[in-house]
Amino acid sequence: MSNLSPEPHNDTAIFLSGVSVRYRLPSENVATLKEYLIRLIQGKVRYHSFMALNDVNLVVKKGEIFGILGRNGAGKSTLLKVISRVLIPTQGRVWINGMVSPLLELGAGFHPELTGMENIHLNATLLGHSRKEIKQKIPAILDFAEIGEFIEAPLRTYSSGMVARLGFSVATAWLPDILILDEVLSVGDAAFGQKCTERMRSFRESGATVLLVSHAIDTVRSLCQRALLLEHGNVLEIGPASEVSEKYSQMIFGK
Amino acid sequence: MDNQSTPSRSAIYDSSKQRFSAIEELRSVFRYRDLIFQLIRRDIVTRYKRSALGILWTMLNPLGTMLILSVVFSQIFKMGGTYPAYIITNLVAWNFFSQTTAASLNAMLWGSSLFKNIYLPRTSFVVATIGTGLVNTLLALVPLVFIYLVTGVPVHATVLLLPVSMLLLAAFSLGISLILSTFVAFFPDVAEMYPILLTAWMYLTPIIIPEEIYTKILGGWLLRINPLFPVIKVFRMVTFDGKVPTLAEWGIAAGFALGTLLIGWIFFTQKSNSFAYHV
Repeated sequence: MSNLSPEPHNDTAIFLSGVSVRYRLPSENVATLKEYLIRLIQGKVRYHSFMALNDVNLVVKKGEIFGILGRNGAGKSTLLKVISRVLIPTQGRVWINGMVSPLLELGAGFHPELTGMENIHLNATLLGHSRKEIKQKIPAILDFAEIGEFIEAPLRTYSSGMVARLGFSVATAWLPDILILDEVLSVGDAAFGQKCTERMRSFRESGATVLLVSHAIDTVRSLCQRALLLEHGNVLEIGPASEVSEKYSQMIFGK
Repeated sequence: MDNQSTPSRSAIYDSSKQRFSAIEELRSVFRYRDLIFQLIRRDIVTRYKRSALGILWTMLNPLGTMLILSVVFSQIFKMGGTYPAYIITNLVAWNFFSQTTAASLNAMLWGSSLFKNIYLPRTSFVVATIGTGLVNTLLALVPLVFIYLVTGVPVHATVLLLPVSMLLLAAFSLGISLILSTFVAFFPDVAEMYPILLTAWMYLTPIIIPEEIYTKILGGWLLRINPLFPVIKVFRMVTFDGKVPTLAEWGIAAGFALGTLLIGWIFFTQKSNSFAYHV
């Protein structure tokens, strides 16, 4: 029942082949160089390794809405990190076609002493955009964030809602080819939350590939075409979202 | 809707096609040059923007240190009236080295939360730190010129070579910063040990003590194993001594500076893939 192809095709968005991630943790907590050297001399540096992902094979087509299910610690975050190239896998091949939306917490890298405008530039370059691309998007970002004349004031004068709005506006100003939806976004007041939901919908309608990570089985069942179930870093099942969510609910609630 | 026109990041990423990581990283840094510019801008703006004192401090810091040291040591070293100019010249170079390397450690600690969540060229924070240091050094040259004028030390034409010696110093500092940052990514306590190392390094380099003293003890051995010394020496020669360094002196300085940079760059990029596993 594997739908794997040995090579990615034109219509492939995400292609993982035999991807494993092994974390190597010191058995005792060796957090400092001093402790490390002492233990090294004593011959006491021992590691135990654990597989956060174990031989994961996955093909997601362009435009697909794909669900990722699994308990806490099943390897969902690690999988997302591998896809957004934060983590280079210990083994296997990762092939991604297109821009992946950031896993960043909104507004990471913001500096309180810089103005809103300066923070837009800083944050957007952190996300990998060039000066030229940012210039083009500034009107849209300002329009969406609704900061008004405060945009030239230091960020420390902003309310937390304004900071969140600015962060969200920058993070979503560029249409990603692959959108990662991790947890439910709750940003600002209800009216702005509405705008966020609409923007997410427009992403989906534009043909972006969506990876939806959620604990809510119903959400995955109703939104996704296919889904994957992870447990202890292993893929238990890949298939139609209805079947996979059925299996997941059996797994967590019992029969 | 055309989502293929979206940014520079929308290329195919294939982990099986990763080439030699040191060269990959160089390409990445070039692609992210606007980020490096923004990081430098952030550091400069937050330091100087809303405080005239910020600018003043950058200039007063070497001036104050120089004053204290002059009063204390001018009698001991018998260098006479040029001693203040000698110290401030060395201090400008030393401050660049010590401040950029120490700042790169903090930049690395700050950046670690970002590395866990988004892809960035891992060297970008360290490279930006060097850029910020260069801007600060421009400001520190103001009190240097002031002291030269006051103490009657002439400004020679050799000062035109200052940018070259500054570039060598920047290359050396970047190399050391990269090596330190790699360690700090795995062991955060390195950031606390480094100031101790810096203090020792300063006294092992002719910064406040004249070079002759070092050549007399241990047969000049201390200077020969200090990779920073040749680099600081050409800086001092073109600025303070008014001499053009010989080809050999340039060669040794460039060799240490570029060699350190090369080692640092390769060491860092070989290890940086596993940063996300640790930090």
